[in-house]
Amino acid sequence: MPPALAVSDLRKTYGRTEALRGVALEIGEGELFGLLGPNGAGKSTLVKIACGLVRPTAGRASVAGAPAGSLAAQRALGYLAELFRFPDWQTADELLALHQRLAQSTRGPAERAELLELVGLAEAAQQPIGQMSKGMQQRLGLAQAMIGSPRLLLLDEPTSALDPAGRRTVRRLLEELRARGVAVLLNSHLLSEVELVCDRVAIIARGQVVAAGTPAELSRPGGVEIETAAGRRVFAEAGRDDAPRIVRELVAAGEDVYGVRVLTSSLEDAYLEAVGEGP
Amino acid sequence: MSAARAIAWLGLQEAVRRRVFLIVALLTVGYLVLYGLGTWQAFAEVNARSRLLRGVDARIITGATLLGLNMFGTLFLGTILAVFLTLGTVRGDAERGLLQPLLVRPVPRRTLLLARFAAAALVCSAYVIIVFVIAAVITWSFGGWWPDRLIEPALSLAGSVAILCALSLAGSVFLASTANGIAVFMVFGAGLVAGLLGQIGEALRSDTLSDVATTASWILPFEALYQSALGALTADTVGLARLAINLGPFGGAADFGPLLWPWALVYLGLLGALALRAFARRDL
Repeated sequence: MPPALAVSDLRKTYGRTEALRGVALEIGEGELFGLLGPNGAGKSTLVKIACGLVRPTAGRASVAGAPAGSLAAQRALGYLAELFRFPDWQTADELLALHQRLAQSTRGPAERAELLELVGLAEAAQQPIGQMSKGMQQRLGLAQAMIGSPRLLLLDEPTSALDPAGRRTVRRLLEELRARGVAVLLNSHLLSEVELVCDRVAIIARGQVVAAGTPAELSRPGGVEIETAAGRRVFAEAGRDDAPRIVRELVAAGEDVYGVRVLTSSLEDAYLEAVGEGP
Repeated sequence: MSAARAIAWLGLQEAVRRRVFLIVALLTVGYLVLYGLGTWQAFAEVNARSRLLRGVDARIITGATLLGLNMFGTLFLGTILAVFLTLGTVRGDAERGLLQPLLVRPVPRRTLLLARFAAAALVCSAYVIIVFVIAAVITWSFGGWWPDRLIEPALSLAGSVAILCALSLAGSVFLASTANGIAVFMVFGAGLVAGLLGQIGEALRSDTLSDVATTASWILPFEALYQSALGALTADTVGLARLAINLGPFGGAADFGPLLWPWALVYLGLLGALALRAFARRDL
């Protein structure tokens, strides 16, 4: 089965500005993939190329084996833009019904009810969108993106307007989607969120992928911190396996040990280092 | 329901929910009431004096002049409706974030554009035909005058607003909403000026002015269709009545011959092809 999203040597220029400079990545079936990078790094351009809103200058992008932008590719994806708006005069149910017709989904009211339930808007089916809070609209946007059971979901900052409870709902939703085999490309500034849910992460800076891997791979050992009567001491070169030996040596040297902590760099450290803003 | 129908219906539904049609209907009723009052008053005065004005039936001149002026009003109202239904279809909606969720669905961009054109053209054409026919009935009720042709001018008006819908829709691919609205009204104004130039050229017997006006009308065929519609109102009127009518606003009427409709259709096709090509290449 072809990957949910495959991108190779993707380039995009706007006039003299190079938004993407040879990006390559692949997202497998049911994979939660996080896309990180500073503003203007080219993340949204990449997502827009994948869903056919922007034409690449060079390179290839395919969704479920079909060229990005083709009708076959559009059938396989769902998309929630960072800056989206739905007609404020429509109700939630009317909006989903419209997208069902456009996506050629035949699952009718049952699909609409299921998706509204999934995003916690079951009670708001008949509420006009204009009367919804930004957070409710964002959850409705997620429901809209899932119409037609897509193989790939492209989510551009899907939690930016959500409160902590809303974010937790989205996290659970993403895990539910992974269980169903839906691949998700999550473009987010919330590193903790990405670290919590994503299987793999790519960091983009200045139009290029500058780091990629699992969150654990990107987070490197940061030494061992030991608390003694004399205060805290950090053994920067040591790893988890070195901790018992260091403690034995300190005790043998007559020191009292009160605590031991293995330090690892967070995804945030890895991110800042990758984009060139590290300490 | 197909995607095209869903998109066309979405545009119309928005106009209904935003009460565009309600407001247009109320204003049109007001306009027709005023037209009725004016027509009643004009024919009352004509009947009070003499039906014959230097050998010409005054009812013909009054009826044709009033309905001709109404035709301009109808075209103007139809143009406003056409512009407001279409001015933000592409760039305007894309800038507001309304277009992207629709375009990532398996719907070709041409379907979206054609569906929006079909919906707007249908509504605007139906609108001008209905207003024109009601005005003709009002004119007949108060003055007993009926135009020589009814269907031909009604269809010409419909064609005229359909072209304006296409212009506005094509403009929306390139221009933001406000700029597009201004541009379409300026093009509409340019067409009217061409008609006036033709009238002045005819009065002064200036071939140059007449040629400029004719060329401009072919370049902007909504104006040619309007002039043609105006001419069809009194197509069979001859003699002194014809001469008297030509002194009024009907001086702008012209017959562009059998090639006008084919050219109007080709023009629509060219506009459509230009808009579709630009839309297909546009990054959103």
